[in-house]
Amino acid sequence: MTVPRLYRVPLPALAAASLVLVTTALALVFFVAPNDADQGFSQRIFYFHVSVAFTAYACFAGGAWKALLHLWKRDPRADLESYVAIHQGLIFGSLVLVTGSIWAKISWGHWWLWSEDQLVLFLVLFLFYAAYFMLRFSVDPGPQRANFSAVYALFGIVLVPVSFLAIRIAKSFIHPIVFTRHGPNFGGWILAAYCVSQAALLVLAYTLYRIELSGKRIDLRLRELRTA
Amino acid sequence: MSTAEKYVTAAYCVVFAVVLLYVVLIALKLQRLEREVDELEHRQPEPADDGEREAVHVG
Repeated sequence: MTVPRLYRVPLPALAAASLVLVTTALALVFFVAPNDADQGFSQRIFYFHVSVAFTAYACFAGGAWKALLHLWKRDPRADLESYVAIHQGLIFGSLVLVTGSIWAKISWGHWWLWSEDQLVLFLVLFLFYAAYFMLRFSVDPGPQRANFSAVYALFGIVLVPVSFLAIRIAKSFIHPIVFTRHGPNFGGWILAAYCVSQAALLVLAYTLYRIELSGKRIDLRLRELRTA
Repeated sequence: MSTAEKYVTAAYCVVFAVVLLYVVLIALKLQRLEREVDELEHRQPEPADDGEREAVHVG
């Protein structure tokens, strides 16, 4: 199922929105949001770290949704869209690992702790989706590859809530919990800066997704023309 | 600049660098696609233009 062209936001408008939102987010994070009482300046990593993590989850969920559409409705575009969404998720996932490690070094004094379930679970999620590409490129292009990839992408989505809940069920409680049943653990400018950062990264991810998808579609059509 | 400030700056620079690298890679790919489209255009045979053919007596 594809969005009709009429309802699609043009790419230049998306790119401009990304630029404005990212600039606003950075201004709010560095010049408006106050220092955290516990963590001080280092808490400012949180704005992009958490936003990047939710964006990665959204990309993996989008990839799984497109995979479902491929298997369910046999939408010819869904396989490529699922692949691009998972590729985006992996890029944002790598950013989660890097920014998280930097924050861990400041707060815990270690780049990585293997004893922390939530870190290891996110790494498992990341490696699972990294293996998606190994599977995809080990099968010749065609319906079989699209079906294998779709089934794998659907299995992977199960890991997303596990990774998200791991932060809440971890026994050590070292990793901060910013969202509880009663809402976010912060307010005022901190909440505003976080919301703008989250919107900025989601729009940026969608813009990059659309750009990569256009490139892949042109590449595919060129290959078809060459073989015709 | 304190240690925390250095690390926070590093984290944001990593995000910026990764996005920039991604955009550069996409731009390179689009350049390659443009070259391939040009190649395909040059490969296509010239369409025959009947209007400019010179009349020749046969027989």
